[in-house]
Amino acid sequence: MTPSVIAGLLGAALVGLGLYGLILHPHPLRKLLAFNLIGSGVFLVFGIVARRGAAAGLRFDPVPQAMIITGIVVAFAASAVAVALILRLSAVGRRVTLDPEVPTRPDGGDAK
Amino acid sequence: MTELWTTTPGGYLIVLAILLPLAGIILSFTLGGRSAERVALGSTPFGLALACAIALHVGRAGKPIVYVIGALEPPLGIALRADGISAIMLITTAVIVTAAALYARAKFATPDGIRESRSSLIFWIMLQSIWAALIIIFVSGDLFNLYVALELLTFAAVPLVCIDGRPETLVAALRYLLFALFGSICYLLGVALLYGAHGTLDIPLLAQRVQSTPVVWTAAALMTGGLLAKTALFPLHLWLPPAHANAPAAASAVLSSLVVKGSFFLTLRLWFYVLPGLSADQAAMVIGCLGSAAIIAGSVMALRQARLKLLIAYSTVAQIGYLFLVFPLATGAQSWSAMSWSACFMQILAHAFAKAAMFFSAGLLAEALGHDQIARLGGAARVLPLTFLTIALSGLSLMGLPPSGGFSAKWLMLQASIISGQWFWTLPILAGGLLAAGYVYRILAPALSDDRISLKSSPKRSQEVLALGLAMIAIALGFMPQTFSDILEIGRPIAAALP
Repeated sequence: MTPSVIAGLLGAALVGLGLYGLILHPHPLRKLLAFNLIGSGVFLVFGIVARRGAAAGLRFDPVPQAMIITGIVVAFAASAVAVALILRLSAVGRRVTLDPEVPTRPDGGDAK
Repeated sequence: MTELWTTTPGGYLIVLAILLPLAGIILSFTLGGRSAERVALGSTPFGLALACAIALHVGRAGKPIVYVIGALEPPLGIALRADGISAIMLITTAVIVTAAALYARAKFATPDGIRESRSSLIFWIMLQSIWAALIIIFVSGDLFNLYVALELLTFAAVPLVCIDGRPETLVAALRYLLFALFGSICYLLGVALLYGAHGTLDIPLLAQRVQSTPVVWTAAALMTGGLLAKTALFPLHLWLPPAHANAPAAASAVLSSLVVKGSFFLTLRLWFYVLPGLSADQAAMVIGCLGSAAIIAGSVMALRQARLKLLIAYSTVAQIGYLFLVFPLATGAQSWSAMSWSACFMQILAHAFAKAAMFFSAGLLAEALGHDQIARLGGAARVLPLTFLTIALSGLSLMGLPPSGGFSAKWLMLQASIISGQWFWTLPILAGGLLAAGYVYRILAPALSDDRISLKSSPKRSQEVLALGLAMIAIALGFMPQTFSDILEIGRPIAAALP
């Protein structure tokens, strides 16, 4: 097993774990952590892409690395927005959950 | 073909179009207070002029205009391209953002005696951010660049949902954010796979290099899935109604008529510009079925709502469904694909204008009556005739009655489905029209009754006229000349079968 394959499998495992958490955990904070787990997996895959140097047979391809950094910044900003929303929810004294109070959803279950 | 990778005359217009709202954001943020409103209102006419200038250039040249950033050619650099569909979408966006900004002056003007109010500052900055992100989505030629624009769009749209800070709006915003983040991370994984396989993310370059391999199919599936979640295609629509119904009226109008179209536009870019050669008949069929399900389910849900804004939001779910019929109807280089292509964009435009007019009117009603319960609208049309005229006109377009943009779109779709031999798509299109008639009737019928109703405050005439103007545009789209579909075809790759 080459290091690339191991890293790839690891990335897949992270994405899988994150997906599981995102869909099954009811608490928004846990969903957010799970989203970050998926993000790490995706960035790992990007890293392998960089190592393979797919663009022009380079030994290391810098373009995906630039993308990883941008992606991390974006994911960080996303987490910050989500945390701000969750904090605000708990500040207004409501139980932090995604259950909607509007009685319009016929299925009743949590969508995520 | 080299003209796709070198800056063309007029390319600088694209840069100006992006820089204008971005400069506006920075100015609004630094000057703060009342200036934010002035900057936003002052920049919208220039944005509209720039969008028209781009459209003129594209129309005259008959081919996309290109700006290569830093003269660094793709695959290493990034190119901005405005083709026919970008030009049309840029104009639509500019018109609706301008209307929303004018409409929002009543609610989000900084009150007298206060130097700065939090909600108005956020509103004006976020409105400009949405505008900037949409422009980048319409003109970017690089899939990763598009990812960043997509995220910008989400980050600008989410605060608008919860701008008044009520707990239920916070929940709606959080749910929206989580759906959107899930969507964009799927999209990003697809981008990584495509880059890994082909070493470029430039759209035309990628279109030359892609082959029908498992990697490309996986990437396409991931990206499409992510974008569908962001576009709120049934069954991933659960976040949309609470988010759009809880936002203030001006924000709901922008969210419903423009923001969901951003990710839809990207889906079109993916399938018709990056992967035109992939023979994706089955995938297109699946997406078409989801679209049909969205039309039926969204309309039925709209019929059952007690609140006006929720009804309108579910109607968005239904109208988005029509858009996805373009996938089975326009793939390949058949004689009917151009017809479906125009139908799709006519539907985007007609829905954008009609839905913005509807949300504006719903906002006016809620202000004037103090509630938005449909059951308690009795007699409202007698005291608010202009508002209900707007609702009726935009309802006409949503139902698809002639003459209106909605009619043209659905008529072209019906023709394309008959000519292409896919007659089964006519069923959801026609049923959706009937159901839309049902939910529009539900609003109008009680309002036209003889009941007496008292107004809490009389609505502003300027806001009523704005809403009516947008509804009139939705109707006038029905008289769009043939040049409309000619412009849409500019820069659209003709599908060539891949090995």
